Amino acid sequence: MNKIHNRQVICDVLMEHAKEDKDIVVLCSDSRGSASMTGFANTYPEQFVEVGIAEQDLVGISAGLAKCGKKPYAASPACFLTTRSYEQAKVDCAYSNTNVKLIGISGGISYGALGMSHHSAQDIAAMSAIPNMRVYLPSDRHQTRHLTEALLQDEKPAYIRVGRNPVEDVYTEDNCPFEMDKATVLCKGTDVLIVACGELVRPSFAAASILAKKGIKSTVMDMYCVKPLDKEGLLREAKGVKAVITVEEHSPFGGLGSMVAQVISANDPKKVINLSLPDAPVITGNSQEVFDYYGLNAEGIAKTAEEALK
Amino acid sequence: MENLKAKAYALRQDVVNMIMSGKGGHIGGDMSIMETLVTLYFNEMNISPENQHDPSRDKFVMSKGHCVEALYAVLAAKGFFPIEEVIEKFSKFGSPFIGHPNNKLPGIEMNSGSLGHGLPVAVGMAIAEKMNKSSARVYVVMGDGELAEGSVWEGAMSATHYNLDNLCAIVDRNRLQISGSTEDVMHQDSIEKRFESFGWNVLSVNGNDVDALKEAFETAKTVKGRPTLVVANTTKGLGSAVMENKASWHHHVPSAEEYEQIMKDLKEREEAALHE
Repeated sequence: MNKIHNRQVICDVLMEHAKEDKDIVVLCSDSRGSASMTGFANTYPEQFVEVGIAEQDLVGISAGLAKCGKKPYAASPACFLTTRSYEQAKVDCAYSNTNVKLIGISGGISYGALGMSHHSAQDIAAMSAIPNMRVYLPSDRHQTRHLTEALLQDEKPAYIRVGRNPVEDVYTEDNCPFEMDKATVLCKGTDVLIVACGELVRPSFAAASILAKKGIKSTVMDMYCVKPLDKEGLLREAKGVKAVITVEEHSPFGGLGSMVAQVISANDPKKVINLSLPDAPVITGNSQEVFDYYGLNAEGIAKTAEEALK
Repeated sequence: MENLKAKAYALRQDVVNMIMSGKGGHIGGDMSIMETLVTLYFNEMNISPENQHDPSRDKFVMSKGHCVEALYAVLAAKGFFPIEEVIEKFSKFGSPFIGHPNNKLPGIEMNSGSLGHGLPVAVGMAIAEKMNKSSARVYVVMGDGELAEGSVWEGAMSATHYNLDNLCAIVDRNRLQISGSTEDVMHQDSIEKRFESFGWNVLSVNGNDVDALKEAFETAKTVKGRPTLVVANTTKGLGSAVMENKASWHHHVPSAEEYEQIMKDLKEREEAALHE
């Protein structure tokens, strides 16, 4: 079992670069521990800004820093970062086009039993609806590293959501194909296309093995780049399959499923089934318990795919 | 030495022409904030078309973005774009001169419009300038009604936490907002005590007096270890009795008769200022 959190990987990459690049600044809203940024704060205190429990201030200050040439990374729980400071993300980051990277930690239902106040099941929809805001949900630590490295190279705003717990590897250190804003195809098959993002890529990949044993051939795409969605890759892989299944840790509305359905229905109409969290406060439990309950595990995804082909 | 008092009345005429052309605009606040903008841009800040990309320039954020007409008039007078173009295109279809600041235009750092955003952004700029060891100063203009936004106080807190003596905030204290008196809508007095309790250096001046503003901005530069708030006590709609101290002129397009009277009054005050 992998013990390294995706959030820790973001911190590690930023620390590697901060030594040389003094414009990298990390900001937290009393969230340095939960964001795994304590190491950065202790090693580079002159490149760390604590704003206290004030998410609007967090994002506004980040935009001001960016306007003066800094490269701010604002790390705060996804639930607060994307709704409490939504307007700052919209106006100060996206509309003003400032180079602010918003790191939503403990995304989705990572906070489990803490309840709906701490869940971010709206963040993909909210952030994607803002012009000039990009949305990324890396699936494992290796992809998180590549994504963080890539984001250091550009000067545009982006939102990155990671979960709270370490997740099983999808890739290996030596084999993690990554192209910015292009989905990664994990396996190819001609019957069904499964498109997933974030932590649910791994169980989607596992579902392909279950389906293979039943003679069903599936393609699995890791759509870490929810916005800009890799439309070209999606249509390429959707060609010829009988159904498309989307899998996400998000509300049924406005997330990966909605976006995939828009593209498929307009260009290559066929059945699209959206596996997601319900439009309701989720049941109490840790991430795995919640995923299992709603069929967001390998067995549930395989079952949905199988039924879609009937 | 340029007569900034007269200039403020001249630029008010550009604002009125803009609003007549665009058939809309926040005329009351444009009039109250004019001396602040004129003093900052023509006496205080090192911002010009020539140095607009120089990292060491001072930074300005118009947090009360609805008074963009006054900012356009001042930026045009600084040479960022021709005033004739602003008046012709303001709020028209496809125009870059929209009803709130937009940084696709030269001279504008940050987009605004939603209130309560400017102070945190200015705090970020001031922290960055400290990190950069730059002598640039950061100025942000807020409205008094705007102070009801909670994010203003998040910014106020962080400005003193980080000892931002390179930051100067200005509140346009015209005592009126769209629904009426600020004291009726949401009690503000005393702004001075509130900011002082957050650790700010606070100066309260006649905000329609260029000399008083000059002195306040000079004083702000001498204060070390904490930010300065200048409470600019102003008259909303200043320039003509037609619109002075009337909440209904927060957002208003003058009629043809009102336009004639306002322009006559503004020209008279400009003339009077030139001969003082």
